[in-house]
Amino acid sequence: MGMGKVLIVSPEKCTGCRTCEMACSFSKTNSFNPQKAAVTVFQYDEAAISVPVMCMQCEEPACMKVCTVGAIYKDENGTVLVDKKKCIGCKLCISACPFGNMSFNADEKTMVKCDLCGGSPKCAELCTSGTIQFKEATPTELNKKRLVADKFMELFQEVNK
Amino acid sequence: MSGWIGKLLRVNLSNGNIKEEPLNLNDAKLYLGARGLGTKIFMNEVDPKVEPLSPENKLIFLTGPLTGTLASSAGRYEVVTKAPLTGTIGASNSGGHFGPELKFAGYDGIIFEGKAERPVYLYVNNGEAELRSAEHLWGKTVFETTDELVNETNASARVACIGPAGEKGVLYATIMNDKHRAAGRSGLGAVMGSKNLKAVVVKGTGSVDVAKPKEFMAACLDARAKLKANPVTGAGLPTYGTQILVNILNQSGALPTRNWRDGGIFENAEDTSGEALSEKYLVKAKGCFACSIGCGRVTRIPDGKFKGMGEGPEYEAGWSFGADCGVRDLAAVCKANFICNEYGLDPITLGSTIACAMELYEKGIVNKEELGRDLQFGDADAVVEFTKLTAVRKGFGDKLANGSYRLAEEYGHSELSMSVKKQEMPAYDARGVQGMGLEYATSNRGGCHVRGYMTSPEILGLPQKLDPLVTDEKAQWLKIFQDLTAVVDSAGICLFTTFALGLPEIAEMIRTAVGVNYTDEEVLRIGERIWNLEKIFNLKAGFTKADDSLPPRLLNEPLPEGPGKGLVVKLDEMLTEYYKIRGWKEDGEPTEEKLSELAIV
Repeated sequence: MGMGKVLIVSPEKCTGCRTCEMACSFSKTNSFNPQKAAVTVFQYDEAAISVPVMCMQCEEPACMKVCTVGAIYKDENGTVLVDKKKCIGCKLCISACPFGNMSFNADEKTMVKCDLCGGSPKCAELCTSGTIQFKEATPTELNKKRLVADKFMELFQEVNK
Repeated sequence: MSGWIGKLLRVNLSNGNIKEEPLNLNDAKLYLGARGLGTKIFMNEVDPKVEPLSPENKLIFLTGPLTGTLASSAGRYEVVTKAPLTGTIGASNSGGHFGPELKFAGYDGIIFEGKAERPVYLYVNNGEAELRSAEHLWGKTVFETTDELVNETNASARVACIGPAGEKGVLYATIMNDKHRAAGRSGLGAVMGSKNLKAVVVKGTGSVDVAKPKEFMAACLDARAKLKANPVTGAGLPTYGTQILVNILNQSGALPTRNWRDGGIFENAEDTSGEALSEKYLVKAKGCFACSIGCGRVTRIPDGKFKGMGEGPEYEAGWSFGADCGVRDLAAVCKANFICNEYGLDPITLGSTIACAMELYEKGIVNKEELGRDLQFGDADAVVEFTKLTAVRKGFGDKLANGSYRLAEEYGHSELSMSVKKQEMPAYDARGVQGMGLEYATSNRGGCHVRGYMTSPEILGLPQKLDPLVTDEKAQWLKIFQDLTAVVDSAGICLFTTFALGLPEIAEMIRTAVGVNYTDEEVLRIGERIWNLEKIFNLKAGFTKADDSLPPRLLNEPLPEGPGKGLVVKLDEMLTEYYKIRGWKEDGEPTEEKLSELAIV
């Protein structure tokens, strides 16, 4: 298990190839489908940036707070997980997540959410550009992760206006 | 179904009928998809003598079984039609994200027939398709069209469209997707324009499945590890893009300079190199769908008269506006390339056509009055200006819009067109790379570098080094490269993977994806089948052995300097051997035995 490891994203390296989306959907569903991936690459052509966005594993997860049946919980490593047996598919968590990192797999009637692949995330494993890394984060990197998150919060608020 | 989705859309533009039909699985097993299966479908339905810009010509967009999967660089789709520039079978493929999205939307491909009365676009959304008016988009650039269509359909939709060049029938207009990616050669965009089809927009939430998930993933991981470890795909291309070849080809004395007149060494090559591009104008590297290489270049000219932003240039585009026109100003080269993407035309043919006009001008065959200005080699301003004029067929650009062969022929000097089957040869002087000469002469779509890429063994030494100055063994190498390339194109992956991957790796991804137990040899045999089918199309369209040739300059004028000094292309000896190795008659026609051996009916 990746004790204390987190997914660190460096958007400046991202080539926008979406290999992470394919790796994720395949590891979760055995098929290739960006809709079923827990990571999405947002591409901003004009600004020439691409940013892979996945669950931040928040300290205080909004998804967990709104889950009325207690299906969302944190494990001992701080990974936020969905208990499929308890989940009733009400989708409240989708609206609650400020980053849009929750989605619903309509075929299997389950929530799609990053679970860090149980400690070896496939997105990081297959990312050749080094954009997504899974590692013990230094305080600087954690700070950077927070900055990226803030930036995204702003962007999403902008979009939702 | 695995690999393939199993469904095609047939769109009749004349009467607006749209219907769904099943993919013919037998043909899919024999021809894979994209280029191969597209050609098979096309030949089943269209007379090879069809006039390319008539409603009777059809236009097929087709993905391959690996498109939209985690196979290496599997973002590609092919457009197949009869090509207006060459009159040969036309097949050009493109990366980006359009091809995978078409499969996610529920289809392997789309067959367009007839001609719409007014401009239209097709919107395919998750198994539903409709033709919509595109009158408001006619005349708009590729970028404007793409933005508007994304706005009026879906924020994550993918768009393939033509620009003004396709609308105006520039004979080498492209079909552009994701703004900067091109089904680039032979003028397929002009066919789309002749049908009044401005764009195809796709959006889907479906899946692509594979037959043996575990084995398929193992094959993909193996391929990716090899791509990463290879010096070209793991370091050279990601760092410098394809422009890295400028200095390499120049040092090999095979960078064609000033319409191939001045040999293969350009004194200002360094100024237009990938190294210079990275240092001066590179914003970032960009990758197509699922690509681990990421050779795309986002570039910006920050100021000056060529200010602008876009992608590229690729090596061959950079060469055509650079060394071939004798231009050393990299900003001008980038600008001309940006305009080609925005207006939708092929920079290889355009730059080569301008270079041809430059020679016609310097020889006094074309005068200043006709041109509207001077046109010496090295004139960067003229290159950018004529790029703009050609994109909309204005002034002398109207003549440039027909390509170098028709231009030079009009003035009685077709020998000054550096083309094969009327399509311009790119960026590799075959006098210094003999195998490329055979490749150009025998390519089923005319002058082209991506129907075998002999540069890989002859210059880069991959998978092993061949002496570029001799003809020995070139015919047998080329046959294998042509067949393997046909497989790669038809599977839906990028040709660049073959710097690092061979038949075993590619075959393994294909069989585990589609669940057919091909042997490696059978997979290569698919490529041979495709090559022969394309050849038959061209023969039926009226091509003969005489068309499997090169411009007289390459056969008669020796290279003046460099490693290949004193050499011409020794085509005759290679061609005879090549036909023999192909199992073709002396006149270059496949024998009955060969066709039955390949199960071509």
